[in-house]
Amino acid sequence: MNILEIKNVNKRFGGLQALGNVNLNVAEKTVHAIIGPNGAGKSTLLNVLVGKLIPDTGSVMFDGQSVLGRKPYEINQMGISRVFQTPEIFDDLSVQENMLIPCFAKRDGAFAMNGYSSVGSQRDVMDKAEEMLVEMKLADKRHMHAAAMSRGDKRRLEIAMCLAQDPRLLLLDEPTAGMARADTNNTIDLLKQIKEERDITIAIIEHDMHVVFSLAERITVLAQGTPLVEDTPDNIKGHPKVREAYLGETQVAA
Amino acid sequence: MFGLSKRDAGLLFVVALLCLFAPFILNPFPEGSAMAQFNGGYPDLMQRLVIFGIFAIGFNILFGLTGYLSFGHAAFLGVGSYAAIWMMKLLTMNVIPAIMVSVLVAGLFSLLVGWISLRRSGIYFSILTLAFAQMSYALAYSVLTPITGGETGLQPKHTDPRILDGALPAGQSPRANLFGLDMKASTQLQLGDWVFTFNAGYYIAAAIMLVAFYLSIRIFRSPLGMMLRAVKSNQQRMNYTGLNSKPYTLAAFVISGMYAGLAGGLLVAMDTQVGAERMFWTASGEVVLMTILGGAGTLIGPILGAGFIKYMENIVSKINDNVLHGWFSFMPDGIENFMVTIIHPFVGKGWHLTLGLLFMLVVIFLPGGLVEGGQRIGNLFKRKKADPKSPDGTTTTPAE
Repeated sequence: MNILEIKNVNKRFGGLQALGNVNLNVAEKTVHAIIGPNGAGKSTLLNVLVGKLIPDTGSVMFDGQSVLGRKPYEINQMGISRVFQTPEIFDDLSVQENMLIPCFAKRDGAFAMNGYSSVGSQRDVMDKAEEMLVEMKLADKRHMHAAAMSRGDKRRLEIAMCLAQDPRLLLLDEPTAGMARADTNNTIDLLKQIKEERDITIAIIEHDMHVVFSLAERITVLAQGTPLVEDTPDNIKGHPKVREAYLGETQVAA
Repeated sequence: MFGLSKRDAGLLFVVALLCLFAPFILNPFPEGSAMAQFNGGYPDLMQRLVIFGIFAIGFNILFGLTGYLSFGHAAFLGVGSYAAIWMMKLLTMNVIPAIMVSVLVAGLFSLLVGWISLRRSGIYFSILTLAFAQMSYALAYSVLTPITGGETGLQPKHTDPRILDGALPAGQSPRANLFGLDMKASTQLQLGDWVFTFNAGYYIAAAIMLVAFYLSIRIFRSPLGMMLRAVKSNQQRMNYTGLNSKPYTLAAFVISGMYAGLAGGLLVAMDTQVGAERMFWTASGEVVLMTILGGAGTLIGPILGAGFIKYMENIVSKINDNVLHGWFSFMPDGIENFMVTIIHPFVGKGWHLTLGLLFMLVVIFLPGGLVEGGQRIGNLFKRKKADPKSPDGTTTTPAE
């Protein structure tokens, strides 16, 4: 069953056709990678999925419901969480508070006027946040200022914050961009672990082929705003169209 | 204690003690001495210290937590004042209805202003709030004269209906009271050369400030407070975490508007008159200064800032050339005149200059305000006391 169905999506920015007739289905509980050269429309597609951009035509259905015209927070409450290219966390708050906020969002929804009781008295949310901190190996950093963490830890925290909401679809936008090899491998291991342990669909946009081929079960190649091929990693590796899209010509030594 | 952590309860307790003993603390110099000039323990000033403390505590809930800088909070103070004075004119000189209605009316007005202004953030939000406040000021001065009294302002008159109060005896002016206790009632305690004044109005205002401070601590420590800090930290992440930041900022705006209304109502309760100048933009700017000077985003900072500025305004502005000549009279005439000329621009009407310089010094050297200054001094002492075996005996404490 498809959890995400994108049909005939078009998006123009002035003279630029950023997305041209995109049709893409993401099957439930798979890891689906979307790759493509710079300017292929990957980020535009992602921004359409999370409600930041509204496409000119087409439909985007998540679990049978349209996401178009909904605000980012509403789409998140439907069960789509997004990890950003540069980790977006609450820099001025402690690691624990960073973890508590998505737990409150999960329990109380988009807004709750909870201004009298202390945070510490909300046992269920505190326990849930603690559980996630332990699971993601961030427990010893709980009182740390989030801004003071390493890039890899920030990424780990951001993923933990997304998972705390028990999303059905996790969107990752180049999760290893700008990371050292060791951090990249840690992130790959973390995502593999998440995939095995959780009932979750992961859609990943990535530049780094090492990451893509380590994780993905299906791969869609996007070029000039249009899906070129969709197949399994093994078939994508040697696909001539993919080489063309990436390298600009077909006659390249293997 | 009271659902607060030990640390917060301690802070509340210290503030309560300061309020209780303010008549002593602010009057350290004997009456008639040269330094009596610096005594601040008279009712009018003490009332202003706590009332503007309330104003700044509320402003800090918006600015300190969410980072939204409103430049129009004096409008809510003014609206609260007008609401209070109308209660006194129509209903009763008892301050309770006046204060309650001032909070309510300011809350409704801030809901309207906030709902519109919060469509923008940053500088545009500040300008929108400033525009609203100046509009309110201009309206109060002109078109709304039947409601606001225009240039003359409003005060309770002998002829007002006051349906809950009995008729006043002829010639007696209406006085604000709490179930018969006159707000201006004072008792004096004379100890040697020292005179201490205990004023009913001050203690009522101080008690209300303590309640306001207590509620602000609860908000700071609540999930709402955490969400408001999240708004300041990263709205993008907030929206992608399923949280709608708009009602959160609006809630903070209305709460701070209600605090401003409460302060406005109390100003009327203590001194039963109101004019449109209370809404002027300089009054909005003043609460911004108070909050930043004391330490935005800290619990106690706004109270310190409000106290500091109101003390300066009332004490430094009273120092005139005669007083200066008195201080330097021991010097030869030429030097005396020279010293007076040097200091003259900084005192009396020039007190703003002193305040401006101090504000610059604080912002440059103590970006965390007076609270940061206090913490640095505290850390100095801790370092001295720290165990020599552990080289780093200090722990950086989070801002209170």
